[in-house]
Amino acid sequence: MDAGTQPSTSTPPATGDGVDAEKSPPQERAVPPRGRLRSLSFERWALLIAWLAVVILFSLLKPHDYPTSGNFQTIFGSQAVLLMLSLGLILPLTTGDFDLSIASNMSFTAMLIAVLNTQHGWSIVPAILVGLLAAVVVGVINGGLVVLIGIDSFIVTLGTGTVMLGFVQWISNSNDITGTSPGLTTWTIGNRIGGISLIFFYGVLATLLLYYIYEYTSLGRRLLFVGRGRSVSRLSGLHVTRIRWGSFIFCGLFAGLAGIMYAGSLGGADPASGQTFLLPAFAAAFLGATAILPGRFNPIGTFIAVYFLVSGITGLQLLGVQNFVQQLFYGGALVIAVALSTLVRRQSTRSQS
Amino acid sequence: MERAQGDRSPRTSPAQEPGAKLAPGPVTGSESPVPVLKLSDLSKAFGGAHALLGVDLTIEPGEVHGLLGENGSGKSTLIKILNGFHTPNSGSLQIAGEPIAMPLAPGQFRELGLSFVHQDLGLIPELSVLENLRVGELIANRSSWIAWRTERQRASETFARYGLKLDPAAMVSELTQTERALLAIVRAVEGIRTRQDESGIRHGLLVLDEPTVFLPRDGIDQLFRTVREIVSSGDASVLFVSHDLDEVLEVTDRVTVLRDGRRQGTVRTAETSEAQLVEMIIGRRLESSALHVQELAGHEVELSVRGLCGGVLEELDFDIRKGEILGITGLAGSGFEDVPYFLFGAENAGAGTLSVRGVTFDLPQMSPDRAVGNGFALLPADRQRDGSVANLTVGDNVMLQVLPRYRSFYGLRRRLMNRRAGELLEHFDVRPPDPEAAYENLSGGNQQKAMLAKWLQTEPKVIFLHEPTQGVDVGARAQIFAMLGDTAKSGACVLCASSDYEQLAAVCDRVLIVARGRLVGEVTGEVTKERIAAKVYSSVTLRDTTEVI
Repeated sequence: MDAGTQPSTSTPPATGDGVDAEKSPPQERAVPPRGRLRSLSFERWALLIAWLAVVILFSLLKPHDYPTSGNFQTIFGSQAVLLMLSLGLILPLTTGDFDLSIASNMSFTAMLIAVLNTQHGWSIVPAILVGLLAAVVVGVINGGLVVLIGIDSFIVTLGTGTVMLGFVQWISNSNDITGTSPGLTTWTIGNRIGGISLIFFYGVLATLLLYYIYEYTSLGRRLLFVGRGRSVSRLSGLHVTRIRWGSFIFCGLFAGLAGIMYAGSLGGADPASGQTFLLPAFAAAFLGATAILPGRFNPIGTFIAVYFLVSGITGLQLLGVQNFVQQLFYGGALVIAVALSTLVRRQSTRSQS
Repeated sequence: MERAQGDRSPRTSPAQEPGAKLAPGPVTGSESPVPVLKLSDLSKAFGGAHALLGVDLTIEPGEVHGLLGENGSGKSTLIKILNGFHTPNSGSLQIAGEPIAMPLAPGQFRELGLSFVHQDLGLIPELSVLENLRVGELIANRSSWIAWRTERQRASETFARYGLKLDPAAMVSELTQTERALLAIVRAVEGIRTRQDESGIRHGLLVLDEPTVFLPRDGIDQLFRTVREIVSSGDASVLFVSHDLDEVLEVTDRVTVLRDGRRQGTVRTAETSEAQLVEMIIGRRLESSALHVQELAGHEVELSVRGLCGGVLEELDFDIRKGEILGITGLAGSGFEDVPYFLFGAENAGAGTLSVRGVTFDLPQMSPDRAVGNGFALLPADRQRDGSVANLTVGDNVMLQVLPRYRSFYGLRRRLMNRRAGELLEHFDVRPPDPEAAYENLSGGNQQKAMLAKWLQTEPKVIFLHEPTQGVDVGARAQIFAMLGDTAKSGACVLCASSDYEQLAAVCDRVLIVARGRLVGEVTGEVTKERIAAKVYSSVTLRDTTEVI
């Protein structure tokens, strides 16, 4: 009995220390027993297929409203902010950290721009720059607390996120601020290419940029190694501290960019609605890690995940279901995404022994 | 050290002390009382390999019984059968004359009057001494109300009985290593006594599983006094498991030696000698494992370490010549295993310097990235945690170090990188030589060869290794030895920390012996497994001599 259990107790994949965030299946291109490759490649495209299925389903259910160019313009144009946040989020997730402050950070940037622009008479460009700078500073603080003092990122960013939320209400007196410079609105949702707002294309650019970094730079490989094996990375001479800190800073930068886009699409800022992006962003990041490169947080997968979620919700709204369905959908997607990736990991572990 | 080298007698053995309170122990009378524990013909196999084969062990009341043997000799398997963790394939167990069915149920050993103190002691540092002492009762929750004041007083009385001064209110994290070990022992004995009070049994057995490994010398003395106290008060006999010959000679009445899962014999401590025990432990297999004697005396010194302190290490000085493979070894806990990590900066040393080709590094400021930047390499013992990311591909793991070589204007040249990785794996005979294979699917030997490929392609000046052939099959071992030999020949310095004497004998030009944090000897010339083992096991004695056996 002991002898029987011996081998299996020695095989569970050794996760490096502190890789809690990467909860996803380990291997994408293992030496496959036959059939393995096929199932894996199905896995890669499963989310894309699910997206198409959702689109077809709602097109059949609402043939006059859903499959229209106007609807698709809305779907692509409306959720670029969420895409930007989700992309920012995968950076710390890849290195094994959480950033729960990302949504409040975005709100803060948007609010700062709105307040400076409308109440303090700043012109829009310096307001944007200051807003962006503030977001980056939050990233610096988050990362510093995590890597220098060694606090759990979950707790640190929960705290800083709440602080940011406080700042948002403080500088806005808990009021909606409207009337930011129309230039910002023009350059976010005003101008369109092929009927789709400009911010969608910013999102596409950001996705491609991150894709390039993840796949074609040594930085991308290092991010992955730091997340999967912190001790391995350190002993291989990587600057683990710098890389983790950097991922927080760039996560802040993405939150800032999302904030600018948010301020543009609202024509101002409101103190509460930004917070509703937090869970969808996590849902998209984790769902994205089940696609394209299953087991890794990856930009293309995140892109697909965001628009899968948005397509579903838009369809449900067209069916006339109420707003609370959004919560059900996002929350359910997050839980299912994490559950799926855990199951896949377990399956792949078992098939080895 | 004032201890004599020749005929060594344990300092306090009840068998020799006429004044001992207890009825004379087992060693005096031929009609011994009912043994506390009697294991007969115990066998255990894992897969096809025997961990224990027909082992007998008898522990008499009132004795300290040593259990000696190398790593893998079967000591820990035996202990794990006693605490119910392993199921033996055959054998019988009697406790105080009563036959007991094996395997034991989890926790059953407590009812039988057995108690274990393992190397890690099993204390909870964040709780107080008192809470740790009473943790069994607190968990069992015999009474919902805890009278802390009374409990504290009782605890103080308990400690006083063993001649200890421990504050029941202190946090365990504030205690010294010695105090922690003593607390764990007192707790274990109290467990036995409680059992005795409840069920009226008169026997008890305290199993100390390498409790001295992390203790300083004076701590060991105090621990031994406590052990003597326990035995002479008649509460329990003691089974003392250890690597360390001197300690066993010092504290035990009788010794059983295991080798390769078989009992080599049981001897009275007073009637044996260190030399006899060494022979029993390592055997005299005459297949000499000396592979090469390299003449390096003429080569210049490439690497020098001066005043290395950290952990248990104190003031280590040594040199490595160009092209030399230097081994470093000792008993578990002697500190030898930390040396590569301190020199590489993986752990921060307390003091010391490292000079390589005229460049001097201050060891407390050393860090892995500086080490890598200066052409050092480290192959850690824990491949899974420190060496590689198991769930990434072999190619990713192997190429991590050399990513900048594949940069181009358009980004990483991934196809070229993949091809090079394949060639590299081919060259180091990693099977399969497929860079896309998941690292965790490789065998131990191939994993280690891949790690060598990862580091050796950077052409390091200095290579630190820790247990490089652990979990590696025989064929791959030979290949790894050859690779290390080639690397050294090409001019690198190699430092190999290992507890595998056969492996050290196979690759090293010279082996340093560490005991209790200090360098105590050196095996030079013809390096054989037997010579290393003999030096390690007599290392404490050798502290004042440089004589080679």
